[in-house]
Amino acid sequence: MDWNGRGRTGVQGMKLAVVVYEGPYNHEASDSAYNFVQAALAKGHEIRGIFFYHDGVYNVTKLMEPPQDDRHIANRWSEIGAKGVDIVVCIAAAKRRGIKDEVLVSNVRISGLGQLTMMAIEADRVVTFGD
Amino acid sequence: MLHTVNKSPFMNQSLESCLRFTQSGDAILLIEDGVYGAAAGTGKSALVEEALKNHQVYVLSADLKARALTNLIEGVKVTDYAGFVDLVEQNLVHAWL
Amino acid sequence: MSEKKKIMFTVRKPPHGTIYVYEGLEVKLIMAAYDADISVVFMDDGVLALKAGQNTKELGIKGFEATYGALVDYEISQVYADRQSMEERGMTEDDLLVIGEDEDTEEPIRPQVIDSSEIAAMMAEQHNILPF
Repeated sequence: MDWNGRGRTGVQGMKLAVVVYEGPYNHEASDSAYNFVQAALAKGHEIRGIFFYHDGVYNVTKLMEPPQDDRHIANRWSEIGAKGVDIVVCIAAAKRRGIKDEVLVSNVRISGLGQLTMMAIEADRVVTFGD
Repeated sequence: MLHTVNKSPFMNQSLESCLRFTQSGDAILLIEDGVYGAAAGTGKSALVEEALKNHQVYVLSADLKARALTNLIEGVKVTDYAGFVDLVEQNLVHAWL
Repeated sequence: MSEKKKIMFTVRKPPHGTIYVYEGLEVKLIMAAYDADISVVFMDDGVLALKAGQNTKELGIKGFEATYGALVDYEISQVYADRQSMEERGMTEDDLLVIGEDEDTEEPIRPQVIDSSEIAAMMAEQHNILPF
């Protein structure tokens, strides 16, 4: 099953991009973004990409260990990435905050702000979540 | 256009600013702490009541339920994440962070 | 690509108390190198980031007024400030920092002060809007 758009119901051909500015748990932004992405995928939209900026870079570190009965925010994003969605952590924001490739969960990547630029240009809609 | 507001109007001017920069017919979606703006009978209800004259005002059900908000201003539409996606399909978005 | 996509940045937060304005500026400089029609609008507390004479030396953080001074060199010349936001905060056009200079006259260029209705109309024309 192609989770990234084709072959499912909804408006065909709409590309959405999602940007997250805040870190996990402290703000609702990452949860809102996740729920939005899930709903968009369920409706058959293509997610052109998800971009983590500012403290948002903390959302996808495998170093987090939330209590068993809480959601695991990093693993949730990794599962979205496993569906073929391009998840990008801003390298400049990450370096500033001590986030490197080796601490990231799988199915996400570190890259430059050019990726955000391409999302803003190529996606039909950009939806931003933050504080 | 679709404007998303995620701040409580009691703490923050985002909703007021958003309303100052909207054009007639724009849709407004209240999410996260923004949903408090949709509560009826509060000191800030007038903002959304006024907005409803020229705009569709939506509020995200998951955020309402989490905050035990039930008494909403008449005319505000409750929607879910799928409805949020529908609004994004139809509109350019600006988030009033 | 047929025509350039219109991308607007909105700046609504004050400078220095948080990193948003600073890191937001980094995005604008990168995006300027791409094929997009960029504009930047300062509104609400964002207009405070446009105040001339910022000195962050004692704070020990890198400021950005000098970088703002090069916006026009980066080909970011559509820079606007919301009139009402400025008035509410006691700012006049004379308070605004310089974003570049005119190639011919060498006159300093400052952000253009416009009304909220003009900003609303510009927002509606965009391909995408990034709040920074």
